[in-house]
Amino acid sequence: KGIGPIQIINSTIEMVKPGKLPSGKTEIPFEFPLHVKGNKVLYETYHGVFVNIQYTLRCDMRRSLLAKDLTKTCEFIVHCLSQKGKLTPSPVDFTITPETLQNVKERASLPKFLIRGHLNSTNCIITQPLTGELVVENAEAAVKSIELQLVRVETCGCAEGYARDATEIQNIQIADGDVCRGLPIPIYMVFPRLFTCPTLETTNFKVEFEVNIVVLLHDDHLITENFPLKLCRM
Amino acid sequence: MAAFPWHARSRNYVSESDMCKLESVPVDFGDYHPLKPITVTESKTKKMSRKGSTSSTSSSSSSSMMDPLSSVLDGTDPLSLFAAAADPVITTATMDNTRKKRDKDDGPAVGSDFEPWSSKRGEILARYTTTEKLSINLYMGSEKGKGTSTGSAVSEKVRTRLEELDDLEEGSQKELLNLTQQDYMNRIEELNQSLKDAWSSDQKVKALKIVIQCSKLLSDTTVIQFYPSKFVLITDILDTFGKLVYERILSMCMDNRVSLSDNFSPESVNDTAKETCLNWFFKIASIRELIPRFYVEAAILKCNKFLSKMGISECLPRLTSMIRGIGDPLVAVYARAYLCRVGMEVAPQLKESLNKNFFDFLLTFKQIHGDTVQNQLIVQCVEIPLYLTLYSPAIDWILQCIAYRAPEVLLTEMMERCKKLGNNALLLNSVMSAFRAEFIAARSMDFIGMIKECDESGFPKHLLFRSLGLNLALADPPENDRLQILNEAWKVITKLKNPQDYINCAEVWVEYTCRHFKKREVNTVLADIIKHMTPDRAFEDAYPQLQSIIQKVITYIYDFSLLFSVEKFLPFLDMFQKENVRVEVCKCIMESFIKHQQESTKDPVILNALLHICKTMHDSVNALTLEDEKRMLAALINGFIKMVSFGRDFEQQLSFYVEARSMFCNLEPVLVQLIHSVNQLAMETRKVMKGNHSRKTAAFVRACVAFCFITIPSLSSIFTRLNLYLHSGQVALANQCLSQADAFFKAAVSLVPEVPKMISIDGKMRPSDAFLLEFLCNFFSTLLVVPDHPEQGVLFLVRGLLNVIQDYTWEDNSDDKVRIYTNVLHLLSAMTQETYIYHVDKVDSNDTLYGGDSKFLAEINKLCETVIAQILDHLKTLGKEETLKRQSQLALYLFNTILAHGDLRNNKLNQLSVNLWNLAQKHGFADTKTMVKTLEYIRRRSKQPEMSHFADLALRLPLQSRT
Repeated sequence: KGIGPIQIINSTIEMVKPGKLPSGKTEIPFEFPLHVKGNKVLYETYHGVFVNIQYTLRCDMRRSLLAKDLTKTCEFIVHCLSQKGKLTPSPVDFTITPETLQNVKERASLPKFLIRGHLNSTNCIITQPLTGELVVENAEAAVKSIELQLVRVETCGCAEGYARDATEIQNIQIADGDVCRGLPIPIYMVFPRLFTCPTLETTNFKVEFEVNIVVLLHDDHLITENFPLKLCRM
Repeated sequence: MAAFPWHARSRNYVSESDMCKLESVPVDFGDYHPLKPITVTESKTKKMSRKGSTSSTSSSSSSSMMDPLSSVLDGTDPLSLFAAAADPVITTATMDNTRKKRDKDDGPAVGSDFEPWSSKRGEILARYTTTEKLSINLYMGSEKGKGTSTGSAVSEKVRTRLEELDDLEEGSQKELLNLTQQDYMNRIEELNQSLKDAWSSDQKVKALKIVIQCSKLLSDTTVIQFYPSKFVLITDILDTFGKLVYERILSMCMDNRVSLSDNFSPESVNDTAKETCLNWFFKIASIRELIPRFYVEAAILKCNKFLSKMGISECLPRLTSMIRGIGDPLVAVYARAYLCRVGMEVAPQLKESLNKNFFDFLLTFKQIHGDTVQNQLIVQCVEIPLYLTLYSPAIDWILQCIAYRAPEVLLTEMMERCKKLGNNALLLNSVMSAFRAEFIAARSMDFIGMIKECDESGFPKHLLFRSLGLNLALADPPENDRLQILNEAWKVITKLKNPQDYINCAEVWVEYTCRHFKKREVNTVLADIIKHMTPDRAFEDAYPQLQSIIQKVITYIYDFSLLFSVEKFLPFLDMFQKENVRVEVCKCIMESFIKHQQESTKDPVILNALLHICKTMHDSVNALTLEDEKRMLAALINGFIKMVSFGRDFEQQLSFYVEARSMFCNLEPVLVQLIHSVNQLAMETRKVMKGNHSRKTAAFVRACVAFCFITIPSLSSIFTRLNLYLHSGQVALANQCLSQADAFFKAAVSLVPEVPKMISIDGKMRPSDAFLLEFLCNFFSTLLVVPDHPEQGVLFLVRGLLNVIQDYTWEDNSDDKVRIYTNVLHLLSAMTQETYIYHVDKVDSNDTLYGGDSKFLAEINKLCETVIAQILDHLKTLGKEETLKRQSQLALYLFNTILAHGDLRNNKLNQLSVNLWNLAQKHGFADTKTMVKTLEYIRRRSKQPEMSHFADLALRLPLQSRT
């Protein structure tokens, strides 16, 4: 938004020399390396609200005077090569009680509860699920539902400053109903393939991900705990 | 037309018989004989011998020739082949051996000793029912409405971005309210059907949506008493879905039309199939709600095989812990049951997850008594004992999976864990239902102790005793404990106040009692049941159980003299006061009697009791009773009658039959049986007396004959009556009761005019002519030996019968009458012989009475003449175009008769036969082959002594060539 598309790559190759194609089906194999234009960087294919990274392939067939030229365009998907090196796991332990909450208007009206848990790592490999555990140690009010909300945050720089927008891309319920107290419940979420990409940070824009653990109590109290994630491809 | 006098050929039956008889050869042991039992030897050796085309001798021990039945097949008997393939014990046993060497982890798969889910589902559906109204809530992929109601943290704007799954077809949200249980089941079945339809029309996404919506229904616990049944219905759909997906991906793996073997490895799966499979898993992983996500993934668990070797073993523990997120303990335990079910099917060797599921369940056990559950029960007005029984099918199943071929140690550990929990009646019950009966039986006394300690307010105690009883019916407890077990158990059972609870327990324990104890204990138990079920006519609500008790008693005590000496057995029967139930019970008893009674009996206790029972069955017959039912009852009563024998006390036997007749007069087949039995009795008497009746036995057989004579008219089927008259007449004749025999035959003759043209056979109207023809021919053969009555004219009975045939209104266009007349010629020819072809011992037939008197012969010939005239008249009437074929056939029939019985040296007869021969061929309806054969026969006969005139005859018979 605000900025037009930026071309980062453009290359043309000749597939067949001029001449006549034999009648019938002709398959022409081709391959080409992706070379970056100037000092730009190649990013993974990504379709977002504000940010779109798209790669297209166009095939032109020039024909003799009397016939029109033929053109066909199609998108192709680009995945980064696995990043070298080992991912350092960054486990997070968390405890949620009425006291740890921010943005609470009337803390007194809140039922008492204690929820503990951990995420195995906030540095995640995009092809591996997000994992962890959560224990409802105690809660005065009955639990109605516990959900994992995967949120994508796009930040986009422009003339007036920058725009930032968060979008829910997946919501996974991990507990339904008043779960047993003291029993660890698994946190497990597979990253959806089309809507996630490795965390991106460029001069012009950023694509980041966060996960919210949302606990819904029976009296419609909503408790949310936010964890920023760093996704990468290995 | 000139009359043709008949000249019968005189026969010498003895020499003819000698000439025609086959040479008899004694059969040595080991010789081939078609009626000897065939001993099939091992198929292996057979195959060996088949290889060579020449050696077929060693195939069967008793036959030197190949058994034609087995030779068709490739050596191995197909039945034993199937049996071998179907016998899991053998196959798993052999597989076990090879496997154990190879890989220890690949333990034996599920064998036939594992009671499959399919056998449980019916039980559950029948047991967990409701009369309350149910509802189905289907949001075809719509999360919009639902999202706001659950109050999720997501803004409305964000909601507009829906994943592919959440894209919905318009107006697809529907809520069905106020459904009866049957409606509900129909709806679910419709969903199942639409799943299949969607799948077959390639709407895979729609199929997935249906499955998701269905599994969502499992999170709804309103009308909780129906939940187990709902689980059964919906998991059926899930199973269907799982199978569809698996088969679809499997079909993608087809390489050059060769499908993968059963134990394929993931490497042999091509990329397209893998990608499709992965797609399914990604889609399912993005299902928002926990319960549908769990169920759908569990449903396609098997598909992990396409992706990696370890897939299933990694998935199962994850799914197991995923269930921890399900808050409602009942929903959770059923989810566990489903996972165990899928696990057992796909990877039965992965026992760890099964155990983990059970331990997780134990960890959440306390929830059952928590506030959330209790509040729910109060709202739904469901009592705790009832609520607890809802868990049983799921826990039973989980424990059954765990206990399957599990080592003793594990079972003991499981039991200890259950013991530790406070109110463990529910678990105790499931342990008893799921674990091996032998395991339970060996610890019966421990279990009784535990049951006694259980809390009264929780799980119903009588169910515990019932479960224990079921185990003890299958496996034997230690010898020394047996009586104590019975005493302890019965002490509790007898105190149960509710008759239904009582009878449910008693029903099970009766089997244990019958199995291990004698008459005295069985009697005590029956007495106790009578005592409990009689007040307030409680038995009226317990007929199925009471019936099953009787079943069990007669399964174990099938010696009927012992059975009826159990004093309370007959009083027990008195509790069956509803007629149809009482008849059912009587039928069971009679079936058992017929099956088990080896020797005939005269035991007065048995006779009295069984007569009473048969009388009950007989008396239930009324105008509305179905034909089949009558047939069945009659068969049972007949079976009983056949088993009654007073040995040499024939008079007692007869009076029994007389009594039976008065008792069972409404069932015709029984009367028929009685007549046969009495006839048999008369023949038996004759045998004992070696044909020489004393005055006393003569009187006795006359009594028998009289019995038959007065019984036959009460039957309604005309052919039954005719045949019985004939049969009884033969018996009377054999016993030298000549005037009685005459009476029977006369009765038969006078009955013939009443034979209707159509009779009902198996509910269809059929023409009766074939039956009549058959009967008459049979009758003729008997009449040959019946001596004329001194006070009646010559051939009184034959004449009478001929008159009846003459007057009978035959079908207009049938030749039956003429065929019968032709057969009469056979009879009359036989009657002119000097010595008849057969005799009844000690009865002088007409050959002896008249001694070939010429008047007698003339009389016969006159009769023949008349008969021939009638036949020829009839042949003339068949001269029309459309009847020429019949004419030809009849002419040939008469020709053959003359050939066989007439004396062709007589010119007139000879001329007649030539004429008939020509008539048969005249219009081209004769079968050339038959004619040629006949001519050949005549030529052959002509070579026999005194038959030279046949040669001349043959010359006079031209063969018409068909041109």
